[in-house]
Amino acid sequence: MNKRKLRDFIGTKLMLIATVFVSLLFFVIFLILLYKSMFILETQSISELLLSSLWNPEKGEFGLYPIIMGTIVVTGISLLIAVPISLLSAVYISEYAPGKIRRVIRPFLDVLAGVPSVVYGLCAFLFLVPLVKDVIAPWFGIESTGLCVLTASVTLSVMVFPIIISLCVESFSAIPIELKEASLSVGATKWETVKKVIFRASAPSIISAILLGFGRAFGETIAVNMVVGGIPRIPSSLLHPGQTLASLIASAYGEMMSVPLYESALMLVALILFVVVLLFNVLGVVVLRRAKRRWGY
Amino acid sequence: MIKKLDIQIETKNLNVYYDKHYVLKGVNIEIPAKQLTAVIGPSGCGKTTLLKSFNRLLDLRDNIKISGKILVDGENIFDSKVDVPDMRKKMGLLSQKPYPLPMSIYNNVAYGLRIHGKKNAKELDSAVKHYLQEAGLWNEVKDRLHDPASRLSVGQQQRLCLARAIAVEPEVVLCDEPTSALDPIAAQQIEKLLLKLRKDYTVVLVTHTLRQAKRLADHVVFLYFGKVVEQGPADEVFNNPKDPKTKAYIKGEIS
Amino acid sequence: MNRRVLEEKIFKTLMLASVFIVMGSLVIIIGLVIFNGGSSLTIEMFTQTSSGGYYLGRGGGILNAILGSLFLALPATALACLIGLGIALYLQKEFTHPKVSGFIRLSLDILWGIPSIVYGIFCLMIMVFIGIGTSLLAGIIALTLLEIPIITRYMDESIKMVPIELKEGAYSLGSTKFETAVKVVRRQALPGIIAGVLLGLGRGIGDAASILFTAGFSDRIPESLFDSTAALPTMIYHLYASPYPLVRQRAYAAAFILVVIVLSISIVSRALSKRYTKYVIP
Repeated sequence: MNKRKLRDFIGTKLMLIATVFVSLLFFVIFLILLYKSMFILETQSISELLLSSLWNPEKGEFGLYPIIMGTIVVTGISLLIAVPISLLSAVYISEYAPGKIRRVIRPFLDVLAGVPSVVYGLCAFLFLVPLVKDVIAPWFGIESTGLCVLTASVTLSVMVFPIIISLCVESFSAIPIELKEASLSVGATKWETVKKVIFRASAPSIISAILLGFGRAFGETIAVNMVVGGIPRIPSSLLHPGQTLASLIASAYGEMMSVPLYESALMLVALILFVVVLLFNVLGVVVLRRAKRRWGY
Repeated sequence: MIKKLDIQIETKNLNVYYDKHYVLKGVNIEIPAKQLTAVIGPSGCGKTTLLKSFNRLLDLRDNIKISGKILVDGENIFDSKVDVPDMRKKMGLLSQKPYPLPMSIYNNVAYGLRIHGKKNAKELDSAVKHYLQEAGLWNEVKDRLHDPASRLSVGQQQRLCLARAIAVEPEVVLCDEPTSALDPIAAQQIEKLLLKLRKDYTVVLVTHTLRQAKRLADHVVFLYFGKVVEQGPADEVFNNPKDPKTKAYIKGEIS
Repeated sequence: MNRRVLEEKIFKTLMLASVFIVMGSLVIIIGLVIFNGGSSLTIEMFTQTSSGGYYLGRGGGILNAILGSLFLALPATALACLIGLGIALYLQKEFTHPKVSGFIRLSLDILWGIPSIVYGIFCLMIMVFIGIGTSLLAGIIALTLLEIPIITRYMDESIKMVPIELKEGAYSLGSTKFETAVKVVRRQALPGIIAGVLLGLGRGIGDAASILFTAGFSDRIPESLFDSTAALPTMIYHLYASPYPLVRQRAYAAAFILVVIVLSISIVSRALSKRYTKYVIP
């Protein structure tokens, strides 16, 4: 057989193998997590696990409710902070900033996006934790170690900024300038144009960006783990410690070897994490693709 | 000579520098009020830039340097005292390709009205109807006012954009080759509308078809690569051009 | 009228405040790292491993973490490149039906979004099952899986942009599909590919969650694929809250190095993209 043809054949087949392997990987991961969770699901029903409030692995109690609540609160607040700030920043960058400033901000965003989570966690620990402990908590008359839900939320929101901002800036810039001119020539101010034309035209992209940001925040393990306090109880206030699903896995993994159901419970948590993040990401991508097809922006 | 009182827009030594070259150089123009002025000249020689400088839409672009004065009703629009959105309200814009806003037909027309404070539903309804009628679109859309504007045909969209522009009662209507994206029938409809408009508005029409200019213009400005070569009443410029370049362009020797 | 202008002014102020917050966050991060890390940087940091037990030990440096990170991230990135290139080339129209390539791209999108801890757990499960457990090898595999979606996507995007006429030109000269794919496409798409590889590498060096349980931790330089190893991110994670300042300094030094690496990657990939663009036909 011709040497070139042989090389071509092997090359193509190798590519095929790699592709098949990777394409099915997510499915394999899903199956294995599911399989490992079966163990605990045989002893307790899923609703028991999700709704009971006591997480005490040594006693065989695996109530995830407080941790789920913790996750919702931390993720929710981080988005509450991140979305307005990101949207306003994105509007500024694409509509108001002079070219020179825009060129400076771009690299800033790239670097922010590239900082590893563990460094975010470290900086939150060095800056936010003392801030909460010594300034914010006393102001409210609460005693806090600084390792709390608020710290984790703020940290997450900074991590989410670059994601939402870059997607929004991309979307705003894709809107034809003539549309903006059309609004301005009727006598609208720039801000009115942003409110009524740009936001409306980019709405699907904005929603998609928020969904992707949510997915990121929900799945963030290390940075949250370093500052949230790791207490598996419903936090009594934002300044008290809590726990999230992702952070739980990191905290608990070392200890789980001794307790038999523990590992399975953690696999279940990983499975929940996987499925939820998957849903939000897929939703985000689908919304984005559909928006591009419908509007072209 | 046009009497001073009848000039709506006047530029004095207008220079626009963009992308490392002069798009407009030393432009002195007088646009008479309540007439249709055609701006003619070869493609790419600054006609659109001239139009967009009148309502300061050029402010949107980076790296643009403008010098000189543009007087609208005697007032320099570059003066810092001037309220730009208000000034823009006086000038309606019709672009080459129609760009309906991402909303319903009704809301497109009502857009400008709402911005300037009209909230009463009944007033809005009658205003929208009135301007759609003026634009000759009412009968075709009266049953689907709340459909997205994007569903209209290109010709209809252009008439919608016209309705939207005149809804805020401008004094000037700036048209940038408004029929170039349209089929002949739609183009004809727009031309009819433009002729109708000049009773109440000052129309500035950029066109690169001489025939269109001859059909519609009362007054003509010939722009050649950023410089004003000749301007004056339409029959003077078309039948008795003074500058050799004008003669050549009109004959079709240069384009 | 004044109300409208006022509204715009208020929001403009809010916008500037927002941008300030965003940029300020980065400034704080870099400032903290440089300040704390800079003061911890001594020659010993780089040349010695942690001594006397990693949590309590006061002496030594982070050489084990530095080398550990290199031993983990470099092979992982190389593997991910190989696999990613294969997939990216395969995704081009001439090999697959659009529905298939759509599905493949969707899977890659999904994989991109999976939290890194899930990759770590998954890998550990597999390695324990095989009988290897926590090791350098496990860490490499976890990082490879983590980097594949990132690198593949960048390669895919870059290769997609190669104009079809170039490929047609090559075919008409008699190249096979595979040869064209490799030679012609690779040159044109080079800037994007390099950017993707660097980003994947950056991710691999910086990620803690995936190697936390797969690579473990150790105060020695790994000597075989089956040893556990420390790495810069795990060093920070384990030591950041130590009660001993000298131990914490190792964490700060590690953070400093990580941030320098990330910044360099960002600068280099930008510069490279600009430079190689001259080979690319627009």
